[in-house]
Amino acid sequence: MSDSKNISFTPESEALIKNLTKRYPEGKHKSALLPALHIAQAEHDGWLSVPVMDKVAELLNLQPIEVYEVASFYSMYNLKPVGKCLIEVCRTSSCWLRGAEDVVKHIEKRLGIKDGETTADGKYTLKTVECLGSCGTAPMLQIGQTFHENLTLDKVDKILEEWKDATNHSTYLNTDTFRKI
Amino acid sequence: MGRKLLLENDHIEGIHSYELYRKNGGYRSVEKALKTMTPDAVVEEVKKSGLRGRGGAGFPTGMKWSFLAKPEGVPRYLVCNADESEPGTFKDRYLMERIPHLLIEGMITSSYALGANTGYIYVRGEYFYIIKILEKAISEAYANGWLGKNILGTGYNLDMHVQCGAGAYICGEETALLESLEGKRGNPRIKPPFPAVKGLWECPTVVNNVETIAAVVPIVNDGGEAYAAIGIGKSTGTKLISASGHIKKPGVYEIELGISVEEFIYSDEYCGGILNDKKLKAVVAGGSSVPILPADLILKTANGEKRLMTYESLADGGFAAGTMLGSGGFIVMDESTSIVKNLHTFARFYHHESCGQCSPCREGTGWMEKILHKILDGHGTLADVDLLWDIQRKIEGNTICPLGDAAAWPVASAIRHFRSEFEAYVNNRQSIPDVKYYFHCNNLDAAAAYSSL
Amino acid sequence: MAKVTIDGITIEVADGTTILQAARMIGPDVAPPTMCYYSKLKTSGGYCRTCLVEVSKGSEKDPRPMPKLVASCRTAVMDGMEVKNTTSEKVYDARAGVVEFLLLNHPLDCPVCDQAGECHLQDLSYEHGNYKTRTEFERRTFEKIDIGEKIQLHMTRCILCYRCVKTAEQITDGRVHGVINRGDHAEISTYVQQAIDNDFSGNVIDVCPVGALTDKTFRFKSRVWFTKPMYAHRNCDKCSGKVALWYKGEDVLRVTGRKDQWGEVEEFICNTCRFDKKQTSDWVIEGPAPINRHSVISANKYAQLVKPKEFTLNDIKAITE
Repeated sequence: MSDSKNISFTPESEALIKNLTKRYPEGKHKSALLPALHIAQAEHDGWLSVPVMDKVAELLNLQPIEVYEVASFYSMYNLKPVGKCLIEVCRTSSCWLRGAEDVVKHIEKRLGIKDGETTADGKYTLKTVECLGSCGTAPMLQIGQTFHENLTLDKVDKILEEWKDATNHSTYLNTDTFRKI
Repeated sequence: MGRKLLLENDHIEGIHSYELYRKNGGYRSVEKALKTMTPDAVVEEVKKSGLRGRGGAGFPTGMKWSFLAKPEGVPRYLVCNADESEPGTFKDRYLMERIPHLLIEGMITSSYALGANTGYIYVRGEYFYIIKILEKAISEAYANGWLGKNILGTGYNLDMHVQCGAGAYICGEETALLESLEGKRGNPRIKPPFPAVKGLWECPTVVNNVETIAAVVPIVNDGGEAYAAIGIGKSTGTKLISASGHIKKPGVYEIELGISVEEFIYSDEYCGGILNDKKLKAVVAGGSSVPILPADLILKTANGEKRLMTYESLADGGFAAGTMLGSGGFIVMDESTSIVKNLHTFARFYHHESCGQCSPCREGTGWMEKILHKILDGHGTLADVDLLWDIQRKIEGNTICPLGDAAAWPVASAIRHFRSEFEAYVNNRQSIPDVKYYFHCNNLDAAAAYSSL
Repeated sequence: MAKVTIDGITIEVADGTTILQAARMIGPDVAPPTMCYYSKLKTSGGYCRTCLVEVSKGSEKDPRPMPKLVASCRTAVMDGMEVKNTTSEKVYDARAGVVEFLLLNHPLDCPVCDQAGECHLQDLSYEHGNYKTRTEFERRTFEKIDIGEKIQLHMTRCILCYRCVKTAEQITDGRVHGVINRGDHAEISTYVQQAIDNDFSGNVIDVCPVGALTDKTFRFKSRVWFTKPMYAHRNCDKCSGKVALWYKGEDVLRVTGRKDQWGEVEEFICNTCRFDKKQTSDWVIEGPAPINRHSVISANKYAQLVKPKEFTLNDIKAITE
């Protein structure tokens, strides 16, 4: 088992995870695992290390393997470090029809990285993803919870520019995403 | 203009807020159902409406509800499938973003009908901003007495929660969704037992798509018969269609089931015709899983009848010459489109999304993607095309869940209808051969002229 | 009770019996092959699709045929049901497909695999597979991992039958063994290469149908067909102590559970019996283990050397004429 002792969550996050378990019947707290992993990822630089997953296991009273199984199944959990700005470009049919390949090529050229790579300065990670449900506003890319739609290459440049001096990692959720019970 | 039932108030600025939603007749169905109807009466209205599951399978909702087991002392659940991930489909996202309270209202009315005291809305993780919208709407519903204990003083209790996914197409399959909701890997369960008997935490559960649940609202408000009066035959009511690809006006459209495909593609009310007035080459009518059809077959059936936007008409001709309405993900491709390349994006998608439980899907989806990649790279042979055909044939029907079929059908239909394009890739190493499949139909008139040929 | 007919043979079985169980009751000639189902493991089966059968008649009440082939290990019989296994071309076609899928990323290096000779996938492909592979792509490979001192996991050979996962789930409360990643990247893992700390962990070796989980105390000591299995028992405070000892000459090279005619262990044995008791003096020998005559293992036990007939010129003439 890895050393999860050095891993800490903010009291708010821990409280939120505990609060999330109230949504399920007694003994079914495992259901809170998916949201808890999102919270953990948001708090730990956008990715889930083994100690972080172990900490989640501890908080939810689960076996670590139960957490690894789940974390490695879903594509939104990063099991390796990512850049501050995680760019997810949709590449499935509708987006491809409307020029997603050009968007990817453009980003690759501009940042000097390939799909799946992170820039040397740790600022950007480029990831191509499957359909994000933005087919009518294709092509599109997602950064954190924001959908950037109807992309043109100029628009892409502007978006990348916005993230140039980012100090925090892009995340899928805000502190107030989940309702507290 | 076709009638709108779900998006009737979509034009109202700020309809996402509780106040405006309520002011425009929102939550009437809850009042009507809880105060004047028995749960069984609500189920009866849904049966009468002929409503069919809007997620893709098209199973009659009333019948699905009536299968729900009701053992004493065991809780029942209503789970909303908002894991919309079928490529080409974005109608649920639109609905939840624009009119979140319609879904909440539908959930309350449906839960009452099913005798469920807890409901979950499982939203795909990528839609996190939607989760926030729904969470706010749920808070508002609690604050205004539509959720919680003793709703409207009727003694009916209902709690509702949003559950987030984390990136897995397979969780749109209802048993995989339930596994995921239980905090596990999204592996589809082996059926039977079906969720109606053993679903969430082994309790009887109904899983319905967002649009299906939303449709319960107008059904209860105006009666099942009024709903069934719209549409043709067993395709009743309205359907949200997500239109994308090479069209002038991509977006979500609510159509009365029964309008013609031609009208949908070419009229200004809907898609507005092909982008840049190019020729139509092919359409994927119901999300990536359904068979792709060339222009002539999507506009007219093999018998020469006008193809309509209904479950039956789109399926006319079986898989040889027809397709499916599916989730209503309507992807249009113009003459410049490489069918093989488009198919590769689908194959890559299914490969990426296979859960890996059963061998035909786990291994076959990756194999098909690799072969398509090879063909696109100019290294394919005619034997590869036959091999693709054989692989899809051996996946179809032999897997635990429908993902195997969903991966097989696009491949089968692309080869069936566009074989010459595959052969051109193999023989000439060129991407777009001179295809004889499509017809020049830039607008309604041209299409009509074609139809009269 | 329900009456079910499989390949023309009718049998009456208890309600709730699966098609596979009913077929096994009739006998090996009609029993579908299995790669993931294991009668001793709860909730096993359904994954590999090897045991697909055709239901040509659903039941007496509803005689319609089932639209798709069904996994016989997970489908309960109905009264009046008619099933086709060996008599269905559809089944053989689908099964050939399954074999091909299972072999798609499985190395074809049986000559250097320790499981050869007792590998279910080898048997399955011999009976249902193609003589030639149609894939030309690189196969998925993994590094070998030690799960504790005595067990080695080589994912390259794994067909993801989930039997070991179900075993680990059932023998221990604190599960450390599971499946990570998804699709064709899925792998059996302890993620952080943790030993399964349990007295019965060695059983994952016995349930593995291929050479993915092997006994490190036996690896590459001998080809199985050069060893002779004997049934033996000892007083054990952890398990029944009923095992099979695999002899080469006077030496016990390995200890396994006793396997029935379906290749399933009769009882799980403990790690002490499996790994630490390798002297004949540790055991009470019962006698030779029954081995299927078709198994290559029986070659060592039952086959007798037959001197090849010497041909004379007259014999050859007789043949050519």
